[in-house]
Amino acid sequence: MSATPVLALHWSDWLNLFAHYLALSFLSVGGAITTLPEMHRYLVDQQHWLNDAQFNASIAIAQASPGPNILFVALMGWNIGINAGGLPSALLGVLLTMTGILLPSTTLTYLSARWGYRNRNLRSVRAFKQGMSPIVIALLIATGWILASAHKDPAQDWPLWLLTAATALMIGSSRIHLLWLLATGALLGWFGLV
Amino acid sequence: MQPIPGPCRQRSKVKYGFSPLRQNPLETNNHLQPQSLTDLFTSFTLLALQGFGGVLAVVQLELVGKKRWMTKEEFVEEWAVAQIMPGPNVINLSLMIGARHFGLPGALAAMAGLLAIPLLLVLLLALAYAHYGSHPNVIGALRGMGAVAAGLIIATGLKLSTALKSSPLGIPVCIALGSVCFIGIALLRWPLAYALIGLGTTGCLLAYRKLEP
Repeated sequence: MSATPVLALHWSDWLNLFAHYLALSFLSVGGAITTLPEMHRYLVDQQHWLNDAQFNASIAIAQASPGPNILFVALMGWNIGINAGGLPSALLGVLLTMTGILLPSTTLTYLSARWGYRNRNLRSVRAFKQGMSPIVIALLIATGWILASAHKDPAQDWPLWLLTAATALMIGSSRIHLLWLLATGALLGWFGLV
Repeated sequence: MQPIPGPCRQRSKVKYGFSPLRQNPLETNNHLQPQSLTDLFTSFTLLALQGFGGVLAVVQLELVGKKRWMTKEEFVEEWAVAQIMPGPNVINLSLMIGARHFGLPGALAAMAGLLAIPLLLVLLLALAYAHYGSHPNVIGALRGMGAVAAGLIIATGLKLSTALKSSPLGIPVCIALGSVCFIGIALLRWPLAYALIGLGTTGCLLAYRKLEP
């Protein structure tokens, strides 16, 4: 693990950071997670604003925290700011990265959703929604599959797979609140049972 | 779950860029709706706080299953748009739902609900992680929660697939498109753009042919 970078960032650096996330926002079809390789190239390899450990921890913490996964972007901004001096710059980092990654995509989505709603009876708009439906549903199942299969070794990881399958069945067939299932998963993991 | 009494179902008097859903009586039958911007904000905050490893599954469970702000079919349609646009899908979805009911202020309220409190939490967690992140029990607990989150997402997909029964494409075509997409993305690990563009175009063209002009 390389040492934590100590940075002296100028206004032009903050501006570059903001501009970079504005550009990434347009590319983030399928979610911001698809632009992760580009973020790594820019923040870690090119600018050396974050080290690898900080980059990976940003993603891991956002996954473990409740809320949308996009918050990993906020943590990257936070860590850059911490490296650059302290709390005020950390908050500036959060503000710039989150505004940058969200502003273009949300504006585009808002405008096209409004257009789509006004023209919802057009044959092409209906065809788009109906034609995409089976694909986006399959994508969702595939996402769950990919998350579950991050644990590759069947001999060692079968309890995790079992837990995933049991959850899928229980959510589908019962009214157990999902927070209970998450707590069960956390407890099983805490005691090393999965 | 029970139908709410009369006054609550009244249509919002304010006109926004999106007209409220209940303009068309056919669309109103089983709908409830968010009562105010505060309702939107708190609802989405509560959704976000239940979502570990992704909020989409919780949005479907709560907004379709419990609050009944939208039907399963509407959810899939909105989500198709949220998915194809750039940006985080669930953020796109929340702003579309907010906008549908209260225009731009609704979009902002829903998005702010999804982000504000979780952002505070994640920053606190980042501070805590510096101390406890390497603790084996903590790592184990995160593994366990990750496995549950994966199951939750799979269950949501299976549940939503029943919305395809009424698809103009017909069930066999839906199964074929869905299977190719699953195999391509989950097993062969195609880039997402290929699946969306290739299969999406196929699906849309087939649907266009089936729909009445």
